[in-house]
Amino acid sequence: MSFAHASLTALRTALDTKQVSAVELAEFFLARAERALAINAFLHIDRGLTLQQARAADLRIARFDAGPLTGIPVAHKDIFVTIDWRSTAGSRMLAGYVSPFDAAVVEKLGIGTGAGMVCLGKLNCDEFAMGSSNENSAFGTVKNPWNLAKIPGGSSGGSAAAIAAGLTPAATGTDTGGSLRQPAAMCGITAIKPTYGRVSRYGMIAFASSLDQGGPMARSAEDCALLLDAMAGFDERDSTSLNTPQAQTPILATFSEAFASGDSANAGVPLKGVRIGVPKEFFGAGLAADVANAVDAALAEFEKLGATRVEISLPRTRLAIPAYYVIAPAEASSNLSRFDGVRYGHRAKKYHDLAGMIANSRAEGFGAEVKRRIFTGAYVLSHGYYDAYYLQAQRVRRLIGLDFQDAFKSCDFIMGPVAPTTAWDIGAKKNNPVAMYLEDIYTLGVSLAGLPGMSVPCGFGDSKMPIGLQIIGNYFDEGRMLKAAHQYQQVTDWHKQSPAAFA
Amino acid sequence: MSAIPHGWAVVIGLETHTQLFTASKIFSGSSTQFGAAPNTQANAVDLALPGTLPVLNKAAVECAIKFGLAVNAKIAPRSIFARKNYFYPDLPKGYQISQYELPVVVGGEVKFTVNDVEKTVQLTRAHLEEDAGKSLHEGLETSGVSGIDLNRAGTPLLEIVTEPCMHSAEEAVAYAKALHGIVTWIGICDGNMQEGSFRCDANVSVRRTGEKKLGTRAEIKNVNSFRFLERAIQFEIRRQIELLEDGGKVVQETRLYDSDRDETRSMRSKEDAMDYRYFPDPDLLPLEISAEWINEIRGEMLIDSDDPASLDVPERMASWLQSAYGVSVVEARALTTDHTICGYFREAVLNGPQTLLGDARTNPAYIKLCANFVISEVNKKRNESNEPSWKHWVSRATAGQLIARVFDGTISLNIAKQIFSEFWDEDKVRAGMRGPSNVDAIIEARGLKQVSDAGAIEKLVDDVIAANQKSVEEYKAGKEKALNALFGQVMKASNKTANPAQVTEILKRKLSS
Repeated sequence: MSFAHASLTALRTALDTKQVSAVELAEFFLARAERALAINAFLHIDRGLTLQQARAADLRIARFDAGPLTGIPVAHKDIFVTIDWRSTAGSRMLAGYVSPFDAAVVEKLGIGTGAGMVCLGKLNCDEFAMGSSNENSAFGTVKNPWNLAKIPGGSSGGSAAAIAAGLTPAATGTDTGGSLRQPAAMCGITAIKPTYGRVSRYGMIAFASSLDQGGPMARSAEDCALLLDAMAGFDERDSTSLNTPQAQTPILATFSEAFASGDSANAGVPLKGVRIGVPKEFFGAGLAADVANAVDAALAEFEKLGATRVEISLPRTRLAIPAYYVIAPAEASSNLSRFDGVRYGHRAKKYHDLAGMIANSRAEGFGAEVKRRIFTGAYVLSHGYYDAYYLQAQRVRRLIGLDFQDAFKSCDFIMGPVAPTTAWDIGAKKNNPVAMYLEDIYTLGVSLAGLPGMSVPCGFGDSKMPIGLQIIGNYFDEGRMLKAAHQYQQVTDWHKQSPAAFA
Repeated sequence: MSAIPHGWAVVIGLETHTQLFTASKIFSGSSTQFGAAPNTQANAVDLALPGTLPVLNKAAVECAIKFGLAVNAKIAPRSIFARKNYFYPDLPKGYQISQYELPVVVGGEVKFTVNDVEKTVQLTRAHLEEDAGKSLHEGLETSGVSGIDLNRAGTPLLEIVTEPCMHSAEEAVAYAKALHGIVTWIGICDGNMQEGSFRCDANVSVRRTGEKKLGTRAEIKNVNSFRFLERAIQFEIRRQIELLEDGGKVVQETRLYDSDRDETRSMRSKEDAMDYRYFPDPDLLPLEISAEWINEIRGEMLIDSDDPASLDVPERMASWLQSAYGVSVVEARALTTDHTICGYFREAVLNGPQTLLGDARTNPAYIKLCANFVISEVNKKRNESNEPSWKHWVSRATAGQLIARVFDGTISLNIAKQIFSEFWDEDKVRAGMRGPSNVDAIIEARGLKQVSDAGAIEKLVDDVIAANQKSVEEYKAGKEKALNALFGQVMKASNKTANPAQVTEILKRKLSS
């Protein structure tokens, strides 16, 4: 069998039946990563460390101590800090930085005390996760495996591209305004941003604390369910990690039980009775026709599975953009203050005094988009502007949350496009940040509301680039969302497509 | 005390940073111990390494609740942590986590007396925040670098803010002392001003008598002794009045007090004032405090567990001591200047011996003896240490035993004081306290038992009179002081064991015959 684009369950079987060892699997993917350097997905690889982890995984498998993910390779977005690999957040500011601890997510998935996955290395991303195209990485743009002239999306672009090119079967990413969902859509893979508070943020280099959420990226909804189940859970080191009974709703157990097709009454229509809300605001001007058609076809497929379509309204969809681009930069301007060149990170060589040292270090260490957001954020928090911008944005944020709750009165899931267009040419929007911000229109509201959202491959556009269907669930409904997506993936094969150059 | 010039009125408000007495920091698990080698008590969270997050220390919140109860303030059911953003090398995150719009303690009052006049200072608020680290320049001048010590970064503080309601340096210092008394009394702050556990900022303004509008204020930062606070405010009042009388204007600014030159100096003016860009910290949930939690803490703070109104604060303890033990107002005030002193008194009374005269615990003479002994002797030792925070070196039980031995006539009061002082000084050196059984042992070993045998004392007196004819004649000539000399000789001859009352009586009798 070819492992490059295999599912996690297939890899599990291969490991358990000794078709392949964890060491062989790790070597296989490392070799593919080496041959695909042109994509620029990986930032840090350390063969020795990876193989050491793989040998430990093989031991666990030999001792019959393996969980569903033990021995399967994973790679982490370079926003998650790791002891063994450098952690740069895609920024010159942290070039060469080594963390003395592992992020909670790395720990949970890892070989030490976690699920036993083998880390292949760290993945490229937009600097401090700020961007929708991966062009903001200080270490070069990631290229889309479907067409190397196109952007992979962002900010988790390295993660999405690595999976699409078969360089890793699983990856982690983070989503602040769409950074898991949008690159997943543009690279034709599956990803889920969990409910805010479901996954610990401990060890995730912060962009906007009230929005940041880590999540899995993989080939299928089933793979994502396995990964999210291992990543999620209360963590006392993160005060915003949720400890309520609702937040403990199991992911994998719900995934297995929900919408089971075994019931003879539901034969062929496992989603019978499921109401899919389709927000009319997601299909207005600005949405490319090829994307609209693919999403419409996917909705028709869901109807075939028994679901019904309900038209809904999310009236404040457009307001999500200004609200997000006030709140996220505000938090970022403060979160990034710690990078002052005093204790770690880049320190300017030339300066005359203390203030100069801090200013020069930051001027040299940060890229243009990060600076733009720090300026924006500092401005909206300033004396005299706070009420008009920050407070107003928080009010809008609350109303956006209410819009979603209104919508969920008449539907189980909300579906629509992830992004208005397919992946664009590298450089096309680089000098037009506002055009770039507008690309996030369908994902920002979900982030502001703290809701779970996923991206599922649902076709290809005019330029032969992948298109993603967005599935939005209510709080802590990840298990059912993933299962609905899984049922869709049982009757479609968009998620099984891989770019010819990386077969 | 320098008087305020005629025609002028002064308005003072104080902001006090009290370092909370918790084992670990407010948002991390690092120790708060003072004096460790630089940066040995700073973990990943304190260093603000990428990916770290703050987790609120419940013990710091409990301190805030205790304070709120002690000053009869409103404890907010929901308060918010906010970020105060500014760059400084000893501020690792580039922001300080504090409370801004919604503080944990709202209102409250502190009562105290100045020259026997009762005063009440209204509090505006008290809020929780983290301390910054320290920049070190001393000893590094020649190397062209500065050091940063982050041991203090993240130490919990409660910033207590008064209304602008005080009118003299004396009043402000009396308030600060009363506040110091409260926070150390309820055990939320060690009160050590030299180590920076209790630091005051004073907002001072002046206006002409009769003027309604407040004058422009200057803020004097970080004064760490009561004496300096008084002098800094006095200097500032003088400076502002002189400036205004010369036709100048007070500018709103932050000033530093220089104790060497006894003056305040401008640090930064309002024009340079930073915009801290406060906003709610998204890493922390709103702090919610339930009525149950408050009641639980109140329950632990009662003088009398059956009386929910008997909150253990100095003021209430003073009235409780008056009603429970019949001590005077003055004694009660003296016994409640410090929790340790009060503890000595209460334990001595509770452990009062059963004597032929009955139960000492209910004997007013015994209680009076306890109060006087504790007030004079323990205070003496406290004052010797010359620090607002101090440690006692004689156990309460041992002190109680000494007092009991005075009361039952075994030893004289002077001998008891002498043993107390000796134990204290020796045990301070040994850093270990002796138990009460040592009292009887030392009385026995040194033969310190009081001599109340009239025959034995008469013999001593006769001997002293015979040997000191000069003093006897002086006394007979009307020189009262000569009696003291004779008394001293008798006491000396008895190795201080003679019952002093009896000695005086016998001496007088013999001299007048």
